[in-house]
Amino acid sequence: MSGWLWLILAIIAIAAGGYLFRMIGQKVTGNKPYFRDMSYGVAFGYVLAAALLAGSIWLYLQEGAVFFRWAVQGLIIAAIIAYLFRLLGRTVGTAGSRKLFRSMPLTASFGIFVIVVYAFLAIFAGAIAPYGQDEILAAANVAPGGDPAFGGNPEYPMGTDQIGRDILSRLIYGAQNTVGIAFITTCLAFFVGGSLGFLAATLGGWLDQVLSRAVDVLMAIPALIFALLLMTIATVWANAWGIDRTIFMVLIIALIDSTRVYRLARAVGQNIVVMDYIEAAKLRGEGLSYLIFKEMLPNATAPLLAEFGLRFCFVFLTIASLSFLGVGIQPPLADWGTMVKDLGQFINYAQFAPLVASAPLLPAGAIALLTVGVNFVVDWMLHKSSGLKE
Amino acid sequence: MSIVIFTAVNLLPGDFATQILGQGATDEAVASIRKDLGLDQPAVARYFGWLAGTLQGDLGISFAQMNFQSNLGGTQLTTVADQIAPRFANTMFLAGVTATIAVPFAISLGILTALFRNTAFDRAMNIGTLSSISSPEFFLAYILILFLAVLNPVFPSLSNIFSDMSFSDRLNKTMLPALTLTLVVTAHMMRMTRAAIINLMASPYIEMARLKGLSPMRVIVKHALPNALAPIINVIALNLAYLITGVVVVEVVFVYPGIGQLFVDSVKIRDLPVVQACCLIFAAAYILLNLLADVLSIISNPRLRHPK
Repeated sequence: MSGWLWLILAIIAIAAGGYLFRMIGQKVTGNKPYFRDMSYGVAFGYVLAAALLAGSIWLYLQEGAVFFRWAVQGLIIAAIIAYLFRLLGRTVGTAGSRKLFRSMPLTASFGIFVIVVYAFLAIFAGAIAPYGQDEILAAANVAPGGDPAFGGNPEYPMGTDQIGRDILSRLIYGAQNTVGIAFITTCLAFFVGGSLGFLAATLGGWLDQVLSRAVDVLMAIPALIFALLLMTIATVWANAWGIDRTIFMVLIIALIDSTRVYRLARAVGQNIVVMDYIEAAKLRGEGLSYLIFKEMLPNATAPLLAEFGLRFCFVFLTIASLSFLGVGIQPPLADWGTMVKDLGQFINYAQFAPLVASAPLLPAGAIALLTVGVNFVVDWMLHKSSGLKE
Repeated sequence: MSIVIFTAVNLLPGDFATQILGQGATDEAVASIRKDLGLDQPAVARYFGWLAGTLQGDLGISFAQMNFQSNLGGTQLTTVADQIAPRFANTMFLAGVTATIAVPFAISLGILTALFRNTAFDRAMNIGTLSSISSPEFFLAYILILFLAVLNPVFPSLSNIFSDMSFSDRLNKTMLPALTLTLVVTAHMMRMTRAAIINLMASPYIEMARLKGLSPMRVIVKHALPNALAPIINVIALNLAYLITGVVVVEVVFVYPGIGQLFVDSVKIRDLPVVQACCLIFAAAYILLNLLADVLSIISNPRLRHPK
């Protein structure tokens, strides 16, 4: 209970501090307009921010706050990387890309950096990873850190799991499997949903009605629930026919997500179809494929590209969640969701062995980092294309 | 929708009868179990039987429980409704706790970020919410377990809830899953609140209110908020619907005895009636909340209430 008491006391102290801060500011600066017109909320905010900053520095210097220190260091490193990357983008490259980087916020450049690194890891996983993804090594349960004094081994810098697979290699291969599969699934969903949506928008009539009602029905069931349901069925089929379960998962998630893409493509398409230039193209006697690919697609690029980023995040998270629940990507393929599930129990050792407890956080953090990066980039793109200045 | 669920569930090959009896089952034994469970009837008959039963509140009998009870020699059968009811209450409790924390929190944060827009506070909140939106639920759950259960034992990391627990005990055990879900939904609601208010700030009547000399807080709360209510209510209802899918993963992480966990377990043992019922409940709640969103946004907007 004393924790709550301290919290309340701290809030009261900050509230009083805000009042004092404003008063002193008015006195010292001789009633400058900035302090004279300052609302109490702003003064409170300044003092709160100062208190939070002081509290963080105090916590950072504490012996036990290992995770907090890691988080702060990670944040600072991320900011420095983003800044350097943006600097690089501003000086190297074509005039167009330099211009793009000049107007970019730090978050977006960080997102692009993360995507580039992940793509690199995914493509060259086989060359980078020190061991194979399903290679069972002699030493099991090696602690991360590579320090023999704490049960580590310099040969396995991030340790090994319960049956002796190198975690670093599995993390790198996870980039290939999880990200690669999510990317293929998103492309498939876009191909199916996008083409059907444009078709429905251009042709209209009964095709539009049938497709739209079918999509309505499919969208009535929450995505993850539906995916789980279909995955159970697919598991049985996969066993019966000897086809890899992962292929079914790609198809199922592509089907579920293509309904969302269909909605967007149809809405965007309908806005474009009524334009005069489409009318002109129709009167010229152009065919359906020309209309869709040469007239509609170029005009729908911006919303579709943003949707692609968001959709990729959703697909990626769905796959990770399915794997976490045990019905997604199957062993021996290394996958981040499954790794979190397998290593999850180690979190309980955080009190005395923070390095060991970081094992489940690494794959989960890897998932989060990519989706955060993609979201930063999409946010920036939407902001730019909507022309919002505020 | 019920047809989709039923067809999907019945596509499961290798039905329950062969599964519980194993590989060496005789044909007679399989046939007798199928007859007991009504699996020998054609699919269409089973569908209408199930639908009629569901409408009367009878969700059927769990296959697994039936098998278990008849092995014990008991005659008391556990119906799906019996199995789901307590778990449904638990899930509703979790969703309720989450909503009571998340909704006021999200709306006040949204108002504050709209008030102090483009300041360091706004930017920090923007980055924070974007990160929490895009992290997987289990990542947030493990982070919370790490800081609030393992390093500083404030809340228990396992939410084993019993029916005869006191309310405060139950609240204490529900706190971590509820906080995880709060993090997941707050971000979206807050961003929508901020966007809806900022959208209105350019309108002439807000300009007027500001020129009258009202304080920024008063302008937002008294003038902008009532008009921004429709999109905000909409996004709240949608996020409550999202909570329903979110609970599956969170319940599994925290071993919370709710519907999500029952669903995942039943999916694993292919217990048809339970899977059907869970799917139906999830889908119904999803649709109802979406409907509620539409109705509430019409009620909150007089222009929609009196169509010309």
